[in-house]
Amino acid sequence: MKKTKDKIIEKIIFICGILSIIFVALIFGFLFKEGIEFFRDFGLKNFLGSAVWRPTSVPPQFGILSLIAGSVLVTVGACIIAVPLGIAAALYISELAPKAIRDILKSLVELMAAVPSVVIGFVGMVIVAPYVRIILNLPTGLTAFTGSLVLAFMAMPTIITISEDAIRSVPKQYKDGALALGATNWQAIRRVVLMAAMPGIIAAIMLGIGRVIGETMAVMMVTGNAAHIPHSIFEPVRTMTATIAAEMGETVRESLHYRSLFAIGLILFLITFIVNFVADLFSGRSKNQ
Amino acid sequence: MKKLSPKLSQKLAVSLLTVAMIITLIPVSAIIFIIVKNGISAISWEFLFSMPTQGMRAGGIFPAIVGTIAIVSCSIATALPIGVCAAIYLNEYARDNLLTRIIKLAIVNLAGIPSVVYGLFGLGIFVMFLGFGVSIIAGALTLAIMELPVIITTARSALSNVPNSFREASLALGVSRWQTIRHIVLPNALPGILTGAILSIARVAGETAPILFTAAAFYTPNLPHSVFDQVMALPYHLFIISTQIPNMPKNIIFGTALVLLVMVLSMSLIAIIARIIFRKRRKW
Repeated sequence: MKKTKDKIIEKIIFICGILSIIFVALIFGFLFKEGIEFFRDFGLKNFLGSAVWRPTSVPPQFGILSLIAGSVLVTVGACIIAVPLGIAAALYISELAPKAIRDILKSLVELMAAVPSVVIGFVGMVIVAPYVRIILNLPTGLTAFTGSLVLAFMAMPTIITISEDAIRSVPKQYKDGALALGATNWQAIRRVVLMAAMPGIIAAIMLGIGRVIGETMAVMMVTGNAAHIPHSIFEPVRTMTATIAAEMGETVRESLHYRSLFAIGLILFLITFIVNFVADLFSGRSKNQ
Repeated sequence: MKKLSPKLSQKLAVSLLTVAMIITLIPVSAIIFIIVKNGISAISWEFLFSMPTQGMRAGGIFPAIVGTIAIVSCSIATALPIGVCAAIYLNEYARDNLLTRIIKLAIVNLAGIPSVVYGLFGLGIFVMFLGFGVSIIAGALTLAIMELPVIITTARSALSNVPNSFREASLALGVSRWQTIRHIVLPNALPGILTGAILSIARVAGETAPILFTAAAFYTPNLPHSVFDQVMALPYHLFIISTQIPNMPKNIIFGTALVLLVMVLSMSLIAIIARIIFRKRRKW
């Protein structure tokens, strides 16, 4: 009696275990189903080969290039800010901070990650954007640059936490060896610790990029929502995520426009899948050391 | 260019790293300061516990608070048991084979899927395919899938922190594997599992994109009666009053942001402090 009960429970546990695979497959399946119908009606070439996104004009145009350009520009800008700062902060926390301060700093970084994106977007809109407009003398403060600033802040916790893990897991003998040879603390950190932690740090950067590409609310509120190929980082742009969030409410169910947003979702899914896969490869490599 | 002396570069590097750390912490402190300073004047008993009036330009945010609590509690009620079972499978039963590797890869990818894509998926499967409509249940299930990776990962590390000798001692007494997990492993891992759950509640409470098309309503005159009702939700409410409604009084927007921020940060803080305390108290 007890044995059959155990068996049933273990079956349930197994099903829960493989549920993650089922969910990923379901999500992909749903996006793929709607996306493929869109590609059949509109054409994959027209979708990926055009920069004109005019879903409501007659005939409608669904060129994703300007949206990809918006996402890429904002992401690159955010990485330029967040990657050096994040790695430096991770080095500070793991190598320089006194033990008592270290836990406080780590908790603060964790709190940073918990601030809702809509709150960050709101502050970006009412505080950061006006400053960007005044200081840089632009017609509007809602630009790709503002988006990069805001997203850099949102990528930071991911980059810091995971880099810090990687740096801390470098065996202490490596650094001690360098110090014993007469290296200064910084030389040992830069040439030995940083190099040994590099796979983990790359994984951290990849995950940070993944977070930035997928970010929706904050980016929609601060980048100005203009679907065109930007000429500089100080112009309004429109990202893929913002397009889905902004337009889904206006679409008619099962229409071409509705399906086009699922097609964008499919592209986003594929991008984040690749980014996370690569990150996983690197973090696996850092653990094997 | 002359090479810097090692001593000088050491000093330079230390100060640069310190500055970087400080720069990193400025935005979060500024956000909290600005929102508290501008929002505190809006907070009152009436603001927290009454319905919005005059096209949301006055009155309170009670329905949005209720809506968020409803969505979040339904989602954690779904995700916690599934997540803990999945963690038990991975930590206690799974062998190091292809299936396990695929499961781990799936969890990593689930964690990386953009929140708005979860929104699309929730719209497709729960709202349309299963016919729940825009409702608490559709939003809660969408969020449940989204928080699953966090719960699985934290629960798994809590389980793996329970020493193997505990399991061996129990198994040596002839206790079955599941009984050992149920009576020995789970109770010892419970604090870790719970802090993970609180942390994921805090994350999910602030999410907007996944509930945008699955649960959130612009305005509802009544509180929800069942899980199949649309609701107002705090993060979505903040989004619409700050972008869609013209002439919105500033202090109400900041007040709403403050309530959301306090809700989310206090839960995260509780989880972080609880984790520190449990770690110190651990018997092994």
